[in-house]
Amino acid sequence: MKWVSAADCGLALCEVCGRVENAAEHACCSRCHAPLHRRKPRSIERSWALLLAAYVLYLPANLLPIMETRSLFGVQRDTILSGVAFLWNSGSWALALIVFVASVVVPLLKLLSLSLILVSVQQRNVQARQCARLYRLLEVIGRWSMLDVYVVAVLVALVQAQSLATIAAGPGVLAFGAVVVLSMMATMAFDPRLIWDAASTHEPVEMNRESKRTTKT
Amino acid sequence: MSARLTVCHECDALLQEVPQAEGGGNAICPRCGAGLYRLGPDKLQVLLALSLSALILLLLSNLFPVVGLNIQGHQVETTVFGAAGQLWRDDMPVVAGLLLATTVLIPLIEMLALAWMLLPLCLGRRPPAFVLLFRGLRLAQPWAMVEVFILGVLVSLVKLSHLADVLPGTAIWCFGALMLVLAVLSSLLDHRVLWRAWEAAR
Ligand SMILES: [Zn+2]
Ligand SMILES: [Zn+2]
Repeated sequence: MKWVSAADCGLALCEVCGRVENAAEHACCSRCHAPLHRRKPRSIERSWALLLAAYVLYLPANLLPIMETRSLFGVQRDTILSGVAFLWNSGSWALALIVFVASVVVPLLKLLSLSLILVSVQQRNVQARQCARLYRLLEVIGRWSMLDVYVVAVLVALVQAQSLATIAAGPGVLAFGAVVVLSMMATMAFDPRLIWDAASTHEPVEMNRESKRTTKT
Repeated sequence: MSARLTVCHECDALLQEVPQAEGGGNAICPRCGAGLYRLGPDKLQVLLALSLSALILLLLSNLFPVVGLNIQGHQVETTVFGAAGQLWRDDMPVVAGLLLATTVLIPLIEMLALAWMLLPLCLGRRPPAFVLLFRGLRLAQPWAMVEVFILGVLVSLVKLSHLADVLPGTAIWCFGALMLVLAVLSSLLDHRVLWRAWEAAR
């Protein structure tokens, strides 16, 4: 069975309120007055731009210190990786793993997989179901990378003006926060419908077995 | 347009709408597997109650300290605002803003907007500025990160535990409860429900 896309019928889904409108008759949604688009305008270009900015900042985010601990024994600068190493060495393996995944693996994986999706959409060579699943995963996990920013914020606030040590935020936090925000924005700028547009010119059939399932409880 | 047709927001497939009466659960797009909308009766009152309790919890979690430290009898505590203030003084205004926005301001705006919309809708009235607030709600949603913040607090507690006695503050429990309420809320909240209520109201 071949799926009919709304754009083929001249219909557009309002991105704000979810109303289905005739795109030829209405420039704006008749219910909420948001501008109607069949696809997000210039979605791939905007997504690439934000993604490239995130790539550029990924290096300083991991290389620059995210916090500086000043104590009697001198100044210690911690990057994200050395923070993970510290947790690992002090015996909190589970937590070290969580921080490593959330702060190092997830951001990189996110950037790489969004690039993969963008490239394959542009090449019109898409495994649509896998791509759609990957994109949905990106939307869910992106936020968890903010973890390290919060850790630094709490540490900085607590370890202040004591005899033992003071902790200050390093420039890496700024870069890191920017990577998280930029990659979230890049994910949002991308229009997942483009995956299916690219796939339908390529392989229109093959969806038969799933077509009867419409609800799941 | 006829009300029977619906369009998947992820793959643009034109689909037949499943009748609302058909039990609970979510309608799934048969083409791409995206969750489309909730089935079953609209629970406006439940949503309103949840958003109001989220507001109260949000207030409480910012009044009380999140974590405390006891270093050689020296007690230190911090709230979210305290942490943001310290970052601000450390010449990190952007990071301070990010912290405040994602844990306090955006959830606050979100819940206020929701309560503002739901209260009149429960009484069968159309709330003023509904469209504006709804768009704001959609924009704000991805940026509220209460659950990530809680994990961040836990990680920092472990990091500090070698240095001093750490004391989880009252606010961490409030944040935990807030996280649960928000999770239930987002699983129940379907934008179609709001618009259906809006169309039914006058
Ligand atoms: Zn609309
Ligand atoms: Zn779909």
